[in-house]
Amino acid sequence: MEFIIGKYNYWIYICLMMIGFYAMIGKRNLVKKLIGMNIFQTSIILFFVSTGSKKGATIPIVEHGARAVEAVRYINPLPHVLMLTAIVVMVSTFGVALALLMMIYRRYHTLEEDEILGFRK
Amino acid sequence: MISSPFPVLIIVVPLISAFLIVIAGLIKKSLCYPLMILSLSASVLSSLAILNDVLSHGTVHYRLGGWPPPWGIEYVIDHLNAFVALIVSAISLLIGISAKRMVERDFPGKSAYVYCLFVLQVTGLLGIVVTGDVFNLYVFLEIASIAGYALIAIGEDGAPFASFNYMIYGTIGACFYLLGVGYLYIVTGSLNMADLSKLLPGLQSSKVVLMAFAFLMVGIAVKMALFPLHVWLPDAYTYAPSPVSALVAPLTTKVGAYVMIRILLTVFPPSFFIETVPAALLLRWLGGFAVLFGCIFALAQTDFKRMLGYVLIAEIGYIALGIGFGNRNGLTGSILHILNDGLMMASLFLIVGAITYKGGPRKMARFTGLHGKMPLTMAAFVVSALSVVGIPPTCGFFSKWYLVLGGIDSKQWLFVAVLLASSLLNAILFFRVIEKAYFEPSMDEQGVDRKALNPTGGQQNILSNKVKIDEAPLTILIPILIMAAGVLSVGLLSGRIVSGIIRFAIPAHF
Amino acid sequence: MEVVTSFKPLLALSVSAIAALLILLTGERRRNLREGWTFAAALVKFFIVVSMIPAVLDGKVIECSLVQLFPGVSLQFRVDAFGLFFATLASFLWMATSAYSIGYMRGLRSHAQTRFFFCFAFALHGALGIAFAGNLFTLFIFYEILTVSTFPLVAHKETGEAISGGRKYLAYLLSGAALVIFSMGVTYSLTGTLDFKSGGFLQGHGSDGLLRVLFAAFILGFGTKAALMPLHEWLPTAMVAPTPVSALLHAVAVVKAGVFCVLRVILYVFGPDLLSGLHLGIVLASFASLTVLLSGMLALAQDNLKRRLAFSTINNLAIIILGASLLSPSAITGGIFHIAAHGFMKITLFFAAGAIYVKTHLEKVSELDGIGKSMPITMASFAVAALGIAGIPPMAGFISKWYLCLGSLEAGQIVFLFVLLGSALLDIAYFGPIIYHSFFKKPVGRQHCGLDEASLWMVIPIAACAALSILFGIFPNAFVHFFDIASLVAKSALGTN
Repeated sequence: MEFIIGKYNYWIYICLMMIGFYAMIGKRNLVKKLIGMNIFQTSIILFFVSTGSKKGATIPIVEHGARAVEAVRYINPLPHVLMLTAIVVMVSTFGVALALLMMIYRRYHTLEEDEILGFRK
Repeated sequence: MISSPFPVLIIVVPLISAFLIVIAGLIKKSLCYPLMILSLSASVLSSLAILNDVLSHGTVHYRLGGWPPPWGIEYVIDHLNAFVALIVSAISLLIGISAKRMVERDFPGKSAYVYCLFVLQVTGLLGIVVTGDVFNLYVFLEIASIAGYALIAIGEDGAPFASFNYMIYGTIGACFYLLGVGYLYIVTGSLNMADLSKLLPGLQSSKVVLMAFAFLMVGIAVKMALFPLHVWLPDAYTYAPSPVSALVAPLTTKVGAYVMIRILLTVFPPSFFIETVPAALLLRWLGGFAVLFGCIFALAQTDFKRMLGYVLIAEIGYIALGIGFGNRNGLTGSILHILNDGLMMASLFLIVGAITYKGGPRKMARFTGLHGKMPLTMAAFVVSALSVVGIPPTCGFFSKWYLVLGGIDSKQWLFVAVLLASSLLNAILFFRVIEKAYFEPSMDEQGVDRKALNPTGGQQNILSNKVKIDEAPLTILIPILIMAAGVLSVGLLSGRIVSGIIRFAIPAHF
Repeated sequence: MEVVTSFKPLLALSVSAIAALLILLTGERRRNLREGWTFAAALVKFFIVVSMIPAVLDGKVIECSLVQLFPGVSLQFRVDAFGLFFATLASFLWMATSAYSIGYMRGLRSHAQTRFFFCFAFALHGALGIAFAGNLFTLFIFYEILTVSTFPLVAHKETGEAISGGRKYLAYLLSGAALVIFSMGVTYSLTGTLDFKSGGFLQGHGSDGLLRVLFAAFILGFGTKAALMPLHEWLPTAMVAPTPVSALLHAVAVVKAGVFCVLRVILYVFGPDLLSGLHLGIVLASFASLTVLLSGMLALAQDNLKRRLAFSTINNLAIIILGASLLSPSAITGGIFHIAAHGFMKITLFFAAGAIYVKTHLEKVSELDGIGKSMPITMASFAVAALGIAGIPPMAGFISKWYLCLGSLEAGQIVFLFVLLGSALLDIAYFGPIIYHSFFKKPVGRQHCGLDEASLWMVIPIAACAALSILFGIFPNAFVHFFDIASLVAKSALGTN
């Protein structure tokens, strides 16, 4: 029980990831695929962020007047910073994907994978 | 420790010029192409300079912003990436040169954006190669991929859809890679490759490390299109515009292969993938299947470019097979194949580009008489095709030879047989095309088969066989010829390359 | 053994490569110049090769190393007696064939002649490279060059039959090459070297079982090119090629290159001692004998003249391999001398067949009745060469057969003596009727019986080759010391000097 509840953030990340993964592979509508992709990426952000967080810790800014730096009290900032970069990457991927969907729609007037494959035959 | 500015120049110059190209395009269209060539040449020169440094002084380090590792991002260049960086930059320069006429004809008015994406793609690829930081590698992987999605999508009819599929797979791959990085960070608290390689040997039994390894491998396998994660490749490279497929097809997959070798040999202790987990076994089997699958599916294709896509899957299989043998000869073969396959695939894809540029067919059944129309291009085609088949003295034979030696050394007779059989399959593939292009009489303008008019066939008059020579423009032809010459000469120089560079790229205890 | 470093082997090799490029550049427009290149290259090549003979007869070895390919193996040319023997033969007959092919191709007004001459020169490049190769790897490089450059020649007619012949040729030879790569790889991982050495270099490496498998792989690999049964099927099919190709390549350069490689493996990779220790010589000899007898019988059944000649070629190639696998000095000498003797005689036969085809478009044996009356010189040469192949003195074939018979007695294998004599009888059986019909039967359904020879470009090479077959029978050492070189090879391979 402790294993499940104590690490709930990881369980959520795994659930989200599976949902996203399913949508990317299983759905036939391209927009749904794209949404799945977004969920998938977000789950990874959640994973990274939760690896860096700690209960009762604070942001890594040295308080005014503090003598010694107590490392235990601070959250590891690096995963969060990494995620800033990753978010940028994901947003640009998303942007390109939307542009692609527009191109596809202009060409086939549909976003259903089956219909597009039918057109191409 | 040697510090030199070239590792960062190799990336910064194309990165900045990518934006300059767009600005220049707003001012004067004709500036874009020279700018692109200049920046790509700068990359080639700096990778040459790095290679020179590496050869004379050993590994070169560059600390971004002066932060010492493992806190800051560090670019580390040893023999392996100096070698790959030179391949990537040189081939992309050649493809860049050839892109001019094709881009200007197919995308009038938009050439600045195409060039910009083109240079960004090269930046991403080079970044992957030079960086010494696993997260930074992810960023460059995505820069290269996003530029690639966009470039592929501007191709012909099915391109946007193919590109979208590629993006779905590519994103899964990249995210898996990122997850792997996350797990590695949980265990070690480091993202620096050199630092990781010091920390990981003590953590081999950790389950988290195992997970990290698995995620990294799957992620990279998607990016390098290793069977069975290759499904995105044939469509994407078939529908991409010619100069793009000539750039993306040989290089992206090869850079993926480089990342795999880097992770397996440098980041993780080499014994990890051979002994601790059965990754080498898996790579062998997947590689073997990739080789056979690629060749057999290529046999079923009628479209030449699509066939090349499947051949490329088989070639990736070779590299995986060589890594899977897990010995010096096998790895030498794989690393040498990065060069050889890069050259021959770039040349073949560019030849397709040249043929279609002149309004020629892509269906192999209509290749008849092409040798009369484009003698030099077809000569280059024959050379590259022989190299794929693995006929000496072309370079393809030499990497295959090392791979066979690797298989024999590790007593993997089955995979040796696969390697040898694949040469025969490739021979069927390419000699079919050569036969069409050289031996079958061409259809003339009205589509009338000349043979039907002149039933004596072989005995026809010399004069009736005259076809007007109509080669692609020099900007396309010269890169093709340079690459064909490379295919011919690299093989015989492979002894120098192996003893001078590749020998040091493989850990000493192999 | 004294080693001389010289660029001569490289020079001899590059002559034909340069000629090939010049031919390509000259093209169809200036045909005389193009053929001039072929002829000049053949001459120059021959003289360079011949100029190496005195040194080699003195027991020296001419060496020329280029680049190192991987540890222990470089791109290396090393002219020893055996290599020089083959090189001399190939370049000698290239001269004859150059003249002949000019007459043949123009006589037929054939298409794509530039491609023909280009590939021809390149094939010779390959053959000479095989002859001069100092190690297995270099040999293999040129082996493949030869294979690939011959493909367009086989498929030259561009008809469905020709293309499928070409495909079959490639399929057989590339499969063989795959086996060769495998066996080379195993050899290299066993010994760390691939350099040829008199008496072999595999002794003391690997288990007996592995060595036996390795030997089988080598023989099957190179044996495809040597048309050893049951891997011979491509050769009769490849007879769709123009006659000069069949003559030089499928009687001399290509198939002899296969035999040459087999002999290299027997004498310079495994070595006679190791082979007799493993009892492999006798196995190979038995296989070769089967080929000898079977191909002789199959030749009887062929009505197409060139196919009959092809089976006769298979027969004679197997005789050469039989000689070498007997591993006795006389047998090896005889086998190697037969490479040259058979080369001269078989090229005469093919030339004659080609001349008949150019003049009359006849290809079948049954249609040749009375042809000797209209083409006396051609058919007389044909008769001389045919009898020579059967081993009748004073033709060159007699010398080689004599030594082969002696060799089988030396080896104490009487059975093979009967095989050799049996094959001589078969030779008479399949050539005799042709000679008889062409001279003594009345032509059926053909009008002109007057003198009607092919052009001088063709007749002179035919007559010259026939004359040489007799000359080498009387003076086996004439001009180029074929016999001395052959016995030198046998001596050095068996380590008796």
